[in-house]
Amino acid sequence: MSNTVNPLTGAGVGRIPPRYRGASGAVRWTMRHLVPHLLLIGLALIFILPFVWLVSTSLKPDSQIFVLPPEWVPHPFKWSNYPEALTYIPYFLYMRNSLYIALFNVCAMLISCSLVAYGFARIHWPGRNLLFIVLLATMMIPYPVTLIPVFVIFRQIGWVGSFNALTWPALTGSAFYIFLLRQFFMTIPQDLADAARVDGASEFQIYRRIILPLAKPALATVAILVFLDNWNDFLGPLIYLGGNQQDYTLALGLNDYFGAHSAEWALLMAAVTVMVIPVAVLFFVSQRTFIQGIALTGRR
Amino acid sequence: MKRRVSRTTVRNTISGLLFISPWIVGLLVFTCYPVFASLYYSFTDYNILQPPHWIGLANYSRLLTQDPLFYRAVFNTLYYAALWVPLNIVLSFLIALLLNLNVRGVSIYRTIFFLPSIMPQIASALLWAWIFNPQFGLANAILGSFDIPTPGWFSDPNWSKPSLVIMSLWGLGTTMVIFLAGLQDVPRELYEAAEIDGAGPVRKTWNITVPMLTPAIFFNLVIGIIQSFQVFTTVYVVTQGGPVDSTLFYLLQLYRNAFSYFNMGYASAMAWLFFAFVLLLTLGILKTSGRWVYYEGEIRK
Repeated sequence: MSNTVNPLTGAGVGRIPPRYRGASGAVRWTMRHLVPHLLLIGLALIFILPFVWLVSTSLKPDSQIFVLPPEWVPHPFKWSNYPEALTYIPYFLYMRNSLYIALFNVCAMLISCSLVAYGFARIHWPGRNLLFIVLLATMMIPYPVTLIPVFVIFRQIGWVGSFNALTWPALTGSAFYIFLLRQFFMTIPQDLADAARVDGASEFQIYRRIILPLAKPALATVAILVFLDNWNDFLGPLIYLGGNQQDYTLALGLNDYFGAHSAEWALLMAAVTVMVIPVAVLFFVSQRTFIQGIALTGRR
Repeated sequence: MKRRVSRTTVRNTISGLLFISPWIVGLLVFTCYPVFASLYYSFTDYNILQPPHWIGLANYSRLLTQDPLFYRAVFNTLYYAALWVPLNIVLSFLIALLLNLNVRGVSIYRTIFFLPSIMPQIASALLWAWIFNPQFGLANAILGSFDIPTPGWFSDPNWSKPSLVIMSLWGLGTTMVIFLAGLQDVPRELYEAAEIDGAGPVRKTWNITVPMLTPAIFFNLVIGIIQSFQVFTTVYVVTQGGPVDSTLFYLLQLYRNAFSYFNMGYASAMAWLFFAFVLLLTLGILKTSGRWVYYEGEIRK
């Protein structure tokens, strides 16, 4: 890779390695540098096109939506689509509900998963490994299996039709995030905790004052993934909030809106754009944490 | 001495259990009980208003012998999985390879390929419903401008599943990132050694990169299969299982039985067949993995 000739700036041309000299070398250079780049540009265009189409549609006047061939640039830019889309349905109410559920889950999951992960990673006790295997095994159970009995439980205690069923369970943690945090806690050196222990610190103090501050990157990853899980969730709100429009999340609200105005694409795309913005912002401010988290868990 | 050790053990056990107690509660309430309850419901007639009524294997025999919609859902789900799982792996592998070539602006490309995968499902479902609009959508406008015949996408029973596949491929970022992480771990020396032996890029990819990434391929294969079996949001929102049941997927049919018709027992039987199938398939793949997944540091027999 050190002999790379930069195809854009030409840097490195002066020291063309022997295998790229001459006519057949030029072919080889093209295959090695130009073709991958062109492929990437082509693919990236395909991936970015839906976003452009989304934003472009969201700013078009109605008359321009149903035009063939489609025009990319709205003429004129109809910014009023946004306020209109946001007042068509109680958008801010739905957004508040989504935020409430997502942030509640983030806080509750951070507390519960870090506590449990500490118990699995930092304290030695008999039976710990066995229970950890149980934890790993529960990740293999697909959620449709537990869906119905959990619904029956929540129905019996009167939690269907309220946020409770979507929020409180987070206090019991989630196997995936416990696993992620446990792996991270295992890498923190033991001597800090040992020194604190000699000074008479309790396990909880060690957890609170030593492990949690050192685990900030892992906790940030969990926070972001939990937020996304809940912000994007559809089936959960659909089952537990059905019927009570006051409690709808954005995902449910958009579904309703689509059902009622399936031909008003400009307003619909404006509403979709507003739902996507928090996700995009979250991504751009925390790109590294984000991608590391995905690479670690393999999950969205 | 011995007593002191055992006292620490007792103390550690108590604090260990205290720390994991939130999860223990969750394990009992949200996993153990529900798994057995759903197995029990699957042998009952249960409409949630009256207590479950034991009917033995009737749900299972009705599913397997008298329910054409069940087979329809199984067929649709497997059809979708057979298309999406391999395409998703191959395409994201190729993109990860391209990104690994140290091209300029790699972080911009990575962002572009990754961003769609974190879109809320409902958002991408609605966006693609518009892109695939048969008359005024983007897809047919592009095809039309090249004089390529324009399909009806979501509104054509033959095209609805491929359309879903295309839509889901837009979200291949997650799979790609896992491959990218794997590519970082391939030792450089292997490539250098191969270059000295005169291997070209294709050979190096096929004989070094692919074998070294088999653990990531294996991981993405298992996760991908499970994911593809659980498609729900798009088919619920956009196609509602149609046209002519061509996107009636397993989870949608399960959802309808449980929450539209309140056949909780019947839906639980569907859930358990699903569980059994996924488990067998995963074990099957696991069994073959010894033959094709290469773990570094492991000595081949």
